[in-house]
Amino acid sequence: MTERPHLAVIGAGPAGLAATLAAARHGLRVTLIDAAPEAGGQFYRQPAAGLGARRPRTPRHSRRGWERLRAGLDRYVSAGHVTHLRDHHVWFARRRRAGFTVHALLGPEQERPVEVRADGVLLATGGYEKVLPFPGWTLPGVVTAGGAQAMLKGGLVLPGRTVVVAGTGPLLLPVATGLAAAGARVAALVESADPRALVRRPAPLAAQPAKLAEAARYAAGLLRHRVRTLVRHTVVEAHGDDRLTAVTVAALDTDGRVRPGTRRRIDCDTLAVGHGMLPHTDLAQGLGCRVDGVAVHVDDEQRTDVPGVWAAGEATGIGGAALALAEGHIAGRSAAARLSGAVPEPHGWAAAAGSRAGLRRFTAALDGIYAPPAHWADLVTDGTVVCRCEEVTGGAVRQAVTDLGAGDVRTVKLLTRAGMGWCQGRMCGTAVAGLAGCPETAARRPFARPVPLGVLARAGEDENEDEERQADGHDGRDGRDAHPDEQHDAR
Amino acid sequence: MRLTCDVVIVGAGMVGAACALYASRAGLDVIVVDRGPVAGGTTGAGEGNLLVSDKEPGPELELALLSARLWTELADDLGDLFEYEAKGGVVVAAAAAELAALDRLADGQRAAGVRAEAVDADRLRDLEPYLAPGLAGGFFYPQDAQVMPTLAAAHLLRVSGARLSAGRTVTGVLRGADGAVRGVRTDRGDLHAPAVVNAAGTWGGELAALAGVRLPVLPRRGFVLVTEPLPRRVRHKVYAADYVADVASDSAALQTSPVVEGTAAGPVLIGASRERVGFDRSFALPVVRALAAGATRLFPFLSDVRAVRAYLGFRPYLPDHLPAIGPDLRAPGLLHACGHEGAGIGLATGTGQLIARVLSGQAPELDLTPFAPERFTEEAV
Amino acid sequence: MNPLEWAGARPGPAFAVTFDGREIEALPGQTVAAALWAAGVRSWRTTRGEGRPRGVLCGIGVCFDCLVTVNDRPNQRACLVPLRPGDAIRTQEGTGHHD
Repeated sequence: MTERPHLAVIGAGPAGLAATLAAARHGLRVTLIDAAPEAGGQFYRQPAAGLGARRPRTPRHSRRGWERLRAGLDRYVSAGHVTHLRDHHVWFARRRRAGFTVHALLGPEQERPVEVRADGVLLATGGYEKVLPFPGWTLPGVVTAGGAQAMLKGGLVLPGRTVVVAGTGPLLLPVATGLAAAGARVAALVESADPRALVRRPAPLAAQPAKLAEAARYAAGLLRHRVRTLVRHTVVEAHGDDRLTAVTVAALDTDGRVRPGTRRRIDCDTLAVGHGMLPHTDLAQGLGCRVDGVAVHVDDEQRTDVPGVWAAGEATGIGGAALALAEGHIAGRSAAARLSGAVPEPHGWAAAAGSRAGLRRFTAALDGIYAPPAHWADLVTDGTVVCRCEEVTGGAVRQAVTDLGAGDVRTVKLLTRAGMGWCQGRMCGTAVAGLAGCPETAARRPFARPVPLGVLARAGEDENEDEERQADGHDGRDGRDAHPDEQHDAR
Repeated sequence: MRLTCDVVIVGAGMVGAACALYASRAGLDVIVVDRGPVAGGTTGAGEGNLLVSDKEPGPELELALLSARLWTELADDLGDLFEYEAKGGVVVAAAAAELAALDRLADGQRAAGVRAEAVDADRLRDLEPYLAPGLAGGFFYPQDAQVMPTLAAAHLLRVSGARLSAGRTVTGVLRGADGAVRGVRTDRGDLHAPAVVNAAGTWGGELAALAGVRLPVLPRRGFVLVTEPLPRRVRHKVYAADYVADVASDSAALQTSPVVEGTAAGPVLIGASRERVGFDRSFALPVVRALAAGATRLFPFLSDVRAVRAYLGFRPYLPDHLPAIGPDLRAPGLLHACGHEGAGIGLATGTGQLIARVLSGQAPELDLTPFAPERFTEEAV
Repeated sequence: MNPLEWAGARPGPAFAVTFDGREIEALPGQTVAAALWAAGVRSWRTTRGEGRPRGVLCGIGVCFDCLVTVNDRPNQRACLVPLRPGDAIRTQEGTGHHD
């Protein structure tokens, strides 16, 4: 028996699990590398084992999916076709002349290095929540909607007693119902869009009965827990001295501006807020993959434009777990064929491709409805902190634009330090782009997470240097036309 | 033809900003044009070094000393705005032979007016408590300083009063029937002026070509590593003796020598790599690994400190490591102010003042002959 | 209803850790952030610029707002690091490093 080609799958959420199972079933050896102690990603996040949770809290339809995936993973791990590396935080993936090296840090301390070599890499790195700034959003007690959910699902804890859930997007409903079911008082669900607009775009929705049923279930949950829902409303300010005590919400007009005279105060100790999601693209960019806007570019087989690198799920554009499963499956099948030297036969994954097409249409329809208020930036006062890490205010960002000639995120960053802190602009990038009046693009972050210099000083040192020098700088696109752009940055 | 202004400066980086400042102060009406934003090229990718310590005696050192004096003057009013810090530089030697070489260098530099103080091995850690033990000794250069380069360029442009036209690409250099430069053509219309200053940095060769003259500016890539924010553990700019040799080297191959410094904002910056690989923007792990290895050897505590970011830039390299400064006899009206390699922030003020003197018909403070743009013969690339 | 009831949890025995010297309880598998939330603590860091209090924002390791010192090791993400009996959590100020 010949050695199976080796695929490294990064991320064990829906996309990574589906990819792992498909690739293993079709002849690859897979190393599934994930930062969490247990597989599942954000969507299938389970309570920590030590908490002894006996009642599964995922909805029935996704629970079945999860159980199938986990059983499949266990089977392939037992058979020796899949290695599941938990608590491995990948900070860089690198193309060598033959194959790839994935550089990870062992968690939770993230001090000791692990290197995984593989013939191909499949990026299922998922996404993270976007939050736009408003006065008071740095107060303790203000958390992301997804963060509140993750802490509840994983740690069985609530952020507080009285919660306002706010922002925009399909995540807010399950967050509000989940928090309410677990014992929080949800004082209001504040959605800046008007989901009733969904009714006016029936075609892509009618094709997704499961999604509609899911939404109906959450809506019923809100009723059951007597959650007041305010659509076309937004949080304009969070109040408190050292922690959150209340929020002010207001109605929005059809242009997305706050309607005068509609402000009201809601007492709460927690605000769970989110304005959509963003893909993790750092590893893809480190590999030299093309990124369009904020998402990794892929073809019909989920291949990036770098040979040997696939991407699936939220990294290629936010679309939810069902879409991630379909994309992951296709990516795993394609990788299995290509890394074995075969040309894949797409009819083998026709069902997944059909589901992918429908879900992408559905996502596009949702994107047309769920959007932050058009004039959210009006709420950012000059004193509002925009970059939380470096404590850069809205006023400083505006001054960089008006007085110092910045017109793009990179120059604002250089002039103000917005985006230079620990999170590297993941939390403020959208807001800075909005305040600077330029389109949001994925920032280039060579390290997907901070790496100790002592680890960096030895990373890949036993790999052949000549080979490395040839493999680096592979990119014909970086020609002499290099234009000042956002790709490099200072300090 | 009606003139748009007295001078068009191409390039809104540090050198263009300094040229704009001193030209405006000389009473000239200046427009600065750049295809990108302020500091969009090498300025925004640099550490902001104002160094005399790494320069051999000669014309570059003279320019560095003039520039250092001008930076001090500017810092009186504006220093806080662009994080001017007269922190001083510490050059360390691992072995006796290196130390002897540093000693010879310092002797020559002192003769040129540089202050350089020998530091014994046991006194090094008074200056830098976290330095590795066992170093042979070093030199302290109190005139070395640092600015935040993007802020410096932006604020110098702002106070210059020059008009900034960012996001505007120069597509041609206008020449009269007599061959004299009459301004520039851009993607948003012509700018008519009797003088054009090429402050296009690493892209200065391209601008020269638009004027029909050859200036062999080549990119020399460098990476910088940035750590998590720290309290002030690295007090000066600290670098190893081999850095001086690397700076002066002509090799295209990768060279790295550790250069470590703290910043006012908290992170420690780690350089310096040099390699001639064109405008290749891909991240090169072997280079960054070498930087990390060098820095942790110099400062062992850095092993446990996290790198949060790395960035790269392209130094504008001319074959003899000297910038091109002054009028181009091949294209009357065209002046060059580019090719400063890794020293452009430090040398910007002197360059700006020299250019302004030429533009306003005054004698420049330094002899410009070593910087003559025509000095490169065809084969000497 | 509370989250443990909601999930039908039968956690292993609680153990003690300290937060700024004060003893609090943690359940097996809980992260630093989860245990602090369960103990009613919402902030455990002050910023290096303005000295403002911060705690959890994203809950999944992306935002670095929840940085905390655990067993003298600064800049740990409270939302990622699981607790062990006897762990000493300390409020982190500024860079988390001292000189």
